[in-house]
Amino acid sequence: MTTQENRAGNHGHDPYLAHHFETHEQQFESGKLGMWLFLATEVLLFGGLFCAYAVYRSNHPEIFIYAHQFLDKQLGGLNTLVLIFSSLTMAWAVRAAQLGERRKLITLLSITLACGFIFLGVKAVEYEHKWKHGLLWGKYYQSQTHDAHGAQGAQSPAGEASPQPAAPAPDIAPASPGVAAPGSERSLLPSAAEEPRGLAVPSEKIDTHGFGTVVPKNVQIFFSVYFVMTGLHGLHVIAGMVVIGIMLVGAIRGRFGPRFFLPVDNAGLYWHLVDLIWIYLFPLLYLIH
Amino acid sequence: MLDQLLSKGLAQAGGSFWMPPQASTSAEGVDRLFYFIFWIAAFFFALIVVLMIFFAVRYRRRKASEGPGGGPTHNTALEITWTIIPLGIVFVIFFLGFRGFLDLNTPPANAYEVQVTAQRWKWLFTYPNGHVDDNLHVPVDRPVQLVMTAEDVIHSFYVPDFRIKRDIVPGRYNKTWFRAPQPGEHDIYCAEYCGTGHSDMLAKVIVHPAGDFEVWLDGVSGALDKLPPAEAGAQLFKARGCLQCHSVEGKGGIGPAMNGVFGTTVVMKDGSSVLADENYIRASILEPQSQIVAGFEPVMPTYQGRLKDKEITAIIEYLKTLSGEGGAH
Amino acid sequence: MSENYLSHSHGIRSWLLTLDHKRIGILYLISILTAFFLGGVFAMLIRTELLTPKATIMGADTYNKMFTLHGAVMIFLFIIPGIPAALGNFILPIMLGAKDVAFPRLNLASWYLYVVGALFSLLSIVTGGVDTGWTFYTPYSTITSTSVISLTTGAFILGFSSIFTGINFIVTIHKLRPRWMGWFDMPLFLWASYATAIIQVLATPVLGITLLLLIAERALGVGIFNPALGGDPVLYQHFFWFYSHPAVYIMILPAMGIMSEVFAVFSHRHIFGYKFIAYSSIAIATISFLVWGHHMFTSGQSGVANAIFSFLTFLVAIPSAIKVFNWLSTMYKGSITFETPMLYALSFLFLFGIGGLTGLFLGSLATDVHLHDTYFIVAHFHYVMFGGTLIAFLAGLHYWWPKMTGRMYSEKWGRVGALLIFIGFNITFFTQFIMGSKGMPRRYYNYLEKYQGYHEASTIGSYILAVGFVVVAIYLVQSLVNGRPAPANPWGGNTLEWKCASPPPHDNFAQTPDTPSDPYDMSRLVYDPAVGGYVEKANA
Repeated sequence: MTTQENRAGNHGHDPYLAHHFETHEQQFESGKLGMWLFLATEVLLFGGLFCAYAVYRSNHPEIFIYAHQFLDKQLGGLNTLVLIFSSLTMAWAVRAAQLGERRKLITLLSITLACGFIFLGVKAVEYEHKWKHGLLWGKYYQSQTHDAHGAQGAQSPAGEASPQPAAPAPDIAPASPGVAAPGSERSLLPSAAEEPRGLAVPSEKIDTHGFGTVVPKNVQIFFSVYFVMTGLHGLHVIAGMVVIGIMLVGAIRGRFGPRFFLPVDNAGLYWHLVDLIWIYLFPLLYLIH
Repeated sequence: MLDQLLSKGLAQAGGSFWMPPQASTSAEGVDRLFYFIFWIAAFFFALIVVLMIFFAVRYRRRKASEGPGGGPTHNTALEITWTIIPLGIVFVIFFLGFRGFLDLNTPPANAYEVQVTAQRWKWLFTYPNGHVDDNLHVPVDRPVQLVMTAEDVIHSFYVPDFRIKRDIVPGRYNKTWFRAPQPGEHDIYCAEYCGTGHSDMLAKVIVHPAGDFEVWLDGVSGALDKLPPAEAGAQLFKARGCLQCHSVEGKGGIGPAMNGVFGTTVVMKDGSSVLADENYIRASILEPQSQIVAGFEPVMPTYQGRLKDKEITAIIEYLKTLSGEGGAH
Repeated sequence: MSENYLSHSHGIRSWLLTLDHKRIGILYLISILTAFFLGGVFAMLIRTELLTPKATIMGADTYNKMFTLHGAVMIFLFIIPGIPAALGNFILPIMLGAKDVAFPRLNLASWYLYVVGALFSLLSIVTGGVDTGWTFYTPYSTITSTSVISLTTGAFILGFSSIFTGINFIVTIHKLRPRWMGWFDMPLFLWASYATAIIQVLATPVLGITLLLLIAERALGVGIFNPALGGDPVLYQHFFWFYSHPAVYIMILPAMGIMSEVFAVFSHRHIFGYKFIAYSSIAIATISFLVWGHHMFTSGQSGVANAIFSFLTFLVAIPSAIKVFNWLSTMYKGSITFETPMLYALSFLFLFGIGGLTGLFLGSLATDVHLHDTYFIVAHFHYVMFGGTLIAFLAGLHYWWPKMTGRMYSEKWGRVGALLIFIGFNITFFTQFIMGSKGMPRRYYNYLEKYQGYHEASTIGSYILAVGFVVVAIYLVQSLVNGRPAPANPWGGNTLEWKCASPPPHDNFAQTPDTPSDPYDMSRLVYDPAVGGYVEKANA
């Protein structure tokens, strides 16, 4: 590749080749490498959180076993399926871009974007549910008294079983020192609290883990980890959707084709990473044994 | 060896050129390692600087027209040599440092235990009989183990003369130990930054001569039963660290000065005024955040559960005497 | 003067919207020098306060804010972006014979992120300052009433800026080299920049998440690091140092890269031990990720962890030692000239020697217990970061100044400045070693009278240092006004940046340099008094 050719290929002649690259191949490989490096930084960003998760889970396994039962496995599972499906449509969209199939590209990007909205919608339902019951992070966490259980049982979507078993357990240990926990007075009805536990998923009775009816201390740590991890992931989903939205606009304007599909390709890589992180988050947070 | 002569010889006169006096049984070992590393470092530093100056003089360009220099561009044997030799040296240093660290962290079984509480910005030392003091009194030549925790933020217990330092983290217990072979007084510093009064978070280790420690402990313990309330209050005011923030001589500090306060009207941060009577003082000790005097920050921790009623009464009696003597100015 | 990158286009827009790596480098240079000035003012105020054991010119809270801001500004705004983003941006693509970095827009975005991050940091100053120390240790940083959030947000954004620079450099070095330039044909500054960029990309995100958690902790009460909520404050220290230890190599590695260039060029001979210097950069980058725990020997982490971290810390010392021996050997049988960059390089060897060797005391567990959190540490990292990185930055700035500005500065005043800085620096910081090993804790506003003599000497040294910097500032600015026009190759370097004009044209090279050349083959370069610089011998 001589420089003369490169200069001839400069400004104007080839709108898809930036002036400091000599060939399309070089430009494409650079863009790809840059994207992979960026993905590495994202992995490390979440890596810090996974470390925090590992540290607290190994130091306080009882908190995780107790608290994860407040998460809704069905909704989490649904979201997992939604994201896996969206990864498929995204990968297909990249293929469509490479082949220059514009209509197909637009359709597939739209479906992917819709999946993003479904994911966020489900997430919003989950968050709202936790918000209502004070299943929040750090200092906003309210320990789960019998009263809270009543409200929960009545309103829990899809009648999921998970909140019940642990919820009515009387709060023997105060949530934490230095935290005003208004709902932390002991339940006066411990016997009533036993009942739903027996009816719920038997394999997950918390007393099989040796805690009896004792609620572990510092449950809020689990919810801090949960909200930070899913919250940061949610922000990444939103960012991914913005990127896909931009790709969609580009696709509608017909910007992409066999000669220029790097942005779609990179957006796809990003979206796959976002999916992948969720695929780790789901079992780590929802499916604890 | 020269380093030992230097460190030993100067140790008598209040420490060597580099190190403070050696006042614990661990200090000598630490200093020996320090000077061992020092002479290795000095040797390599001298080597680098001498070679640098020699090359700079010997191979300087003498005429502007002189051509480029020559010399070898690489020598693998040489490279390997100056990789392996430093590697061997640092392994030795690592090993000695690790061995010394184990000594610093392994208290003998019969150690005398003192509980240490660090809080902004004072030290409280609790003896096995329940006495609390703001300085660390220890018997000579007996291992002392400190079990330390912090009330608020991270602090660090540091006695240079003993060569010991250990961070104190809220929510956990960290330990350190020492054995002081000679009677004397040594400075305690807080070595982990903890805010406004960090550099004033000082105390002393007082090493009592043989037999003297027990006498001292008997004398100060149970002051409430032995002394009139106001005098016991004065002792408590100092021993529990109140003095660290509240002057009794009218000086400014982290908290308001306490002389002449009792019986006067105090203006609060929210603009209200309160009469400083017994109930006000008591409430300020137990719920310090409930009433903040104008011009001060809400940084005082609560003494709920840490001062008995009788002790609070004694402190109030003491504060009354401060108003009687120096008050009404 | 022919058309160059400075005269290529005009007006403020042509600068603020530029995609030219050289102009972005200049924008960075101006920004970081402003930050350096600010950090320097804080330093002078700190040293003045410490003249006496009690209050001198400010209160305790003000002092605590001063040392916090000094540290935060110097580290996040000056020294981390210093060499890579300012000098590296300018020089790296030219050394590769490339027209630009791989992603010019990302490059400009990184500068804007720097500016936004800097504004957040400034915001924390105008809203009352921050008093946590630059390390933001929890739980102090969660309970202090000062503006922690804006400063940590600033640092978070600056982290992205640093990541973008890192990604750009890695891709540029991988993909934009000329075909004839293999990895071992690259100048060593590029090896160092490459190793630096790897750390930037891999370590900075961890700082990002750490600061994010700290912000969430303060703003929302998440409590992951708060013992009152069941969190672990020591975990914060692990997270923080997992970034911040590699970060000191972000600071020192490019400095070492500059040293490799300067020692070879001013010894006017081939660098000694090219491959060992190159590999040692990668070795440092790799091991640097495994030593963070040596900041926590007294924190109560397990003895096993302490032993492992101590061991690995000693390992990371070896590649630095290898570099020092190679630079020394480069002087052997050279034809050494002593222009200002070389004076800084010699001064680097002296100061970095002390800084590196005093690290032995701190890597060793038993002695670190005594020395940790004292002025010994303060002196050690100033010898490494200031005596190392900043001195190398000055060497690089003087080395590439003619290339960047097209002007020569006054050689005589350059030498005066270098000498003043060397003397002032040693008086300031060597005294701190002594008072530190005698037990003076760091971050102390009041101190015991027995340390006053050392503090007085240190403060006087800092004033000499300040005078040195003023001298440098004056002659550099003066050179812009009426400096002698610079030749293409004033020092006799054989790397590609000396083969284009000073200052370089907009596209760097009319043609991508396509003749293979050894970056350290000085044998064909001769001094031509008519040009005032070096030219290639015609008949080689």
